[in-house]
Amino acid sequence: MTLLRTLATASVLALAALHSFSPAKAQTPSTLRIGLQEDPDMLDPHKARTFVGRIVFMGLCDRLVDITPELKLVPRLATSWAFSADGLTLTMKLRTDAKFHDGERFDAAAAKANIERAKTLPESLRKSELSSVDTVEAPDPATLVMKLKRPDATLLAALTDRAGMMLSPKSFSGDVSAKPICSGPYKFVERVQNDRIVLEKFKEHWEADKYNFDRIIYRAIPDTTVRLANLRSGELDMLERLAPTDVKSAKADSSLKVESIANLGYQGITINTRNGDAAKQPMGQDKRVRQALSLAIDRKVLSQVVFEGLYEPMNQPFNPGNFYLSSDFPVPERDVAKAKALLKAAGHEKVSVELFVTNNPVDNQLGQVLQAMAQEAGIDIQIRSTEFASQLRDQQQGKFQMSRIGWSGRIDPDGNIHPFVTTGGGQNDGKYSNPEVDRLLNQARTVYDPAERKKLYDAAQKILQDELPIVYLYNQTVFFALRKNLDGFVINPDGMIRLAGLKRS
Amino acid sequence: MASVDSISSGATGGATARPGVLARLSRNPAALIGGGLVLLFVLMAVLAPALPLADPFKSNFLAIRKPPSSIYWFGTDELGRDQVARLFFGAQASLLAGIVSVLIAVAVGLPFGLLAGWYGGWIDIVISRVTEALLACPFLILAIAFAAVLGPSLTNAMIAIGLSAVPIFIRLVRGQVMSVKVEDFVEGARAVGARDLRLMFRHVLPNTLSPIIVQSTLFMARAIILEAALSFLGLGQQPPAPSWGQMLNVAKNFMEQAPWMSVAPGVCIFLAVLGFNLLGDGLRDALDPREN
Amino acid sequence: MITLILRRILIAIPTLFLVSLFVFALQRALPGDPVLVMAGEERDPEVLARLRELYRMNDPLFVQFFAWLGQVVQGDFGRSLRTGEPVLGLILQKLPVTLQLATAAILVAIAIGVPAGILAARRKGTVVDYSTSALALSGLSIPNFWLGIMLILLVSVHLKWLPASGYESIFVHPWAAIERLIMPAFVLGSGLAAFLMRHTRSAMLEVLRSDYVRTARAKGLDEDTVVHRHALRNALVPIITLTTLLFGELLAGAVLTEQVFTIPGFGKLIVDAVFNRDYGVVQGVVLCTAIGFILMNLLADVLYILVNPRLRAA
Repeated sequence: MTLLRTLATASVLALAALHSFSPAKAQTPSTLRIGLQEDPDMLDPHKARTFVGRIVFMGLCDRLVDITPELKLVPRLATSWAFSADGLTLTMKLRTDAKFHDGERFDAAAAKANIERAKTLPESLRKSELSSVDTVEAPDPATLVMKLKRPDATLLAALTDRAGMMLSPKSFSGDVSAKPICSGPYKFVERVQNDRIVLEKFKEHWEADKYNFDRIIYRAIPDTTVRLANLRSGELDMLERLAPTDVKSAKADSSLKVESIANLGYQGITINTRNGDAAKQPMGQDKRVRQALSLAIDRKVLSQVVFEGLYEPMNQPFNPGNFYLSSDFPVPERDVAKAKALLKAAGHEKVSVELFVTNNPVDNQLGQVLQAMAQEAGIDIQIRSTEFASQLRDQQQGKFQMSRIGWSGRIDPDGNIHPFVTTGGGQNDGKYSNPEVDRLLNQARTVYDPAERKKLYDAAQKILQDELPIVYLYNQTVFFALRKNLDGFVINPDGMIRLAGLKRS
Repeated sequence: MASVDSISSGATGGATARPGVLARLSRNPAALIGGGLVLLFVLMAVLAPALPLADPFKSNFLAIRKPPSSIYWFGTDELGRDQVARLFFGAQASLLAGIVSVLIAVAVGLPFGLLAGWYGGWIDIVISRVTEALLACPFLILAIAFAAVLGPSLTNAMIAIGLSAVPIFIRLVRGQVMSVKVEDFVEGARAVGARDLRLMFRHVLPNTLSPIIVQSTLFMARAIILEAALSFLGLGQQPPAPSWGQMLNVAKNFMEQAPWMSVAPGVCIFLAVLGFNLLGDGLRDALDPREN
Repeated sequence: MITLILRRILIAIPTLFLVSLFVFALQRALPGDPVLVMAGEERDPEVLARLRELYRMNDPLFVQFFAWLGQVVQGDFGRSLRTGEPVLGLILQKLPVTLQLATAAILVAIAIGVPAGILAARRKGTVVDYSTSALALSGLSIPNFWLGIMLILLVSVHLKWLPASGYESIFVHPWAAIERLIMPAFVLGSGLAAFLMRHTRSAMLEVLRSDYVRTARAKGLDEDTVVHRHALRNALVPIITLTTLLFGELLAGAVLTEQVFTIPGFGKLIVDAVFNRDYGVVQGVVLCTAIGFILMNLLADVLYILVNPRLRAA
């Protein structure tokens, strides 16, 4: 009995003691701790595939060009650039004062080596982004010349991301994923999988004075509530992808601030129109049924129920506020009567269709809301919850009728539409095919003038909004939460955390 | 926890005095409470459709995550559905999971355990090696892997849990058979010329029943938690059909805004599991004269 | 003794082979294509085909299995498909994390279970006995992922006493490590405490009934001395063996607890690897936990014989 009593008192005392003086809680003034939604994958920009990996690369690797929040291209490792008159040659002038983390100088030869690696490495996932590049030359250490197979309006955008990131060529023979030696303002220190990635300031960076923290620690905390709890308690300084259901309480917390901006991508439903036997059902065969589905959904209520109204409704592949949005197609109001009429015109009283969703609570909730709404119009949605890996595979093989998908978005409009709806497009799992759409979108890739490009996209949309191979639902607004004393954060629609100018006040 | 159970498994055969068992059981207050909880839980599941509950599938977008009130005794969930109804119907998933997985585990484990224990020799060696190999794999991982292979659904989760438990029952039965087969009455029967099969079914098997019953009851408790765990990971019962584990999986994202969503399903799981554990413990005490 | 150990190690080899074979088969049975998962948003069929070739996914299954086996025997567990890190490195990185949590959980279990078991044994048949047993069973019956969530809600979110997640090594940042261990160790340990309690109780009961103790009592020694000095020492035998066994189980990583508290141990690693179809990681980790489990079982048996001289002759 006494034993128990002593144990109990001891633990209570210990807890109280820990609470009163816990040195670990004291912030090391120059460490920035960032909470991520997932654990990044390979730390090799040419092999990486995750969104959170790109966030880490913002600190680790410099790229040729960067973008502003208004999506304007600005110099980074390249100081200026120009296309030749025929659009087939891109000449870039490079910085001469940039260094790699191993001390080697950055120059055109190094840039050439990187681009070639991105194009030729067997496991490289950047090949399609650089598919228009034929040869790369480095006539002098400050000039990079890329000869293209065809005019490519998307190339510069690709170079603002992983395809344009510069690793030290001397490190190619080593284990790049495990120990990346790159060119960014911070260099790699260590990584504990599923826990943290630690970066340290690179003192010889050409822009070193803009970076105020000595260390950056990225921590992967998948549970949104726990991530926020960590921010609240001061274990984190900022986090990405604050859940919309947590926004209200985060805003109410006086030690935090919340920033948001529309994201570049979209969330929607892709419909199998031509990929195998599963496409042979009313939803896949008849565009009127798809139009009925789109009209049966109340996008505002959907956003309200599942996302506290914080995600904006969408019905085009371009995000709210995007220059390329077509004014001919505003987000439709719900119209059950019209939906029913469309179904009837297609020859159906009721239509049954299967929707794949990923087996997580948010997607499940979304699916059930869609189910309830569509039911009123006579569309009976059967929800099939699947694991992410199976869903990918089933989609690719055409073993689906409808599938809920999301796209993180690309700066260039082509990246948000071309792979999804062109014949043979890499992301076109429904195998939708329309020669006119193909022609318009392929041409749009080669046109450098935005106004001209818009005309082409508008024309393509006229067809796509009628045929609806993809029903767009909402835009996943980017929400960041930061501690009040963290200043200098510049939010960007690409959802990245750029470290320049960040400081603790 | 196979090895643990084999240390503490009760009856070592001999003809069990049936009337004495029930008497001992009824004198054990813990077992009675356990039995009561189990009964309550079974009634909840079985009677759910007949009770005057709200429709567990009817969503109401105007009543999302409402706190407990006079209309919604346990509040509403993320789609505005009444939690009380969801809890009652969710009991069905848990009950089914418990029963079916135990049945699968026993149906597959019993014959193999019998064979291994009775015949010994090569049969035993092969079965034992395989069983040990399966037991050396982390139990939950096995269940997760099986469930992932079959696809996320309640049925598949039940099969997964049942299959993962097979080695436990094989080991249990084998141990029992091995100790029973050297008992005098078996030797005696054999001396009189009884054939193997007859011996197995008539004499050995009935005497292995006690520990199987105990283990089954205790395993039902684990199966309920496992179904909840698999649903929590997204592999069990899929929406819109309710399941306590799945309700917890959704609730964890709203811990602050709607804590009532996390409490009720967890308490239900706890009470159901406690019931089976208390009952199983009581059965063990009642069936094994040594303890008392 | 030596022969026992050698025999058990020899038997372990085919067991481990079977474990690997079984896990390999199970994983390949998982629906979905790991290359698709790896490639992320990149869907160029040429790239996918090249990746498949690189990871030898087109080879017949038994070739893949024996290739892996061959590498393992040489100490190469392959690489994670997801991050490219060597699997052995990952295992060595995660082992201390899981060991730390397992040790803490066992300590909690002992601290709660053993005194409770002694108490219940001494007051056998009374209300104290029944309520201690009921409490122990409660610890066993609470779903630990739920308990974890409830604790986080109360202790981290509302009271802000302890951090909600993460891992620190006790050798590097002891205070921070303990802060982060308290809740998960309690969640894991409370379930194990029940087993320990019950075994302590039955072991104590058995010893208290024995002649040895009756003699001590007859000598006039007071109850406390009888219990603590004589009975407990003998009751320790099954307790020690049980603890070793439980430790072996815990090595597999308390999957759900690690998930809820975001602890980067084996459990989280395996679950994520299964969902990401990261074959190499699952196989490597399961093999290691199987080895650990078998070793722990062997250790338990050896300890049991060592502490129990009567069995040594057998």
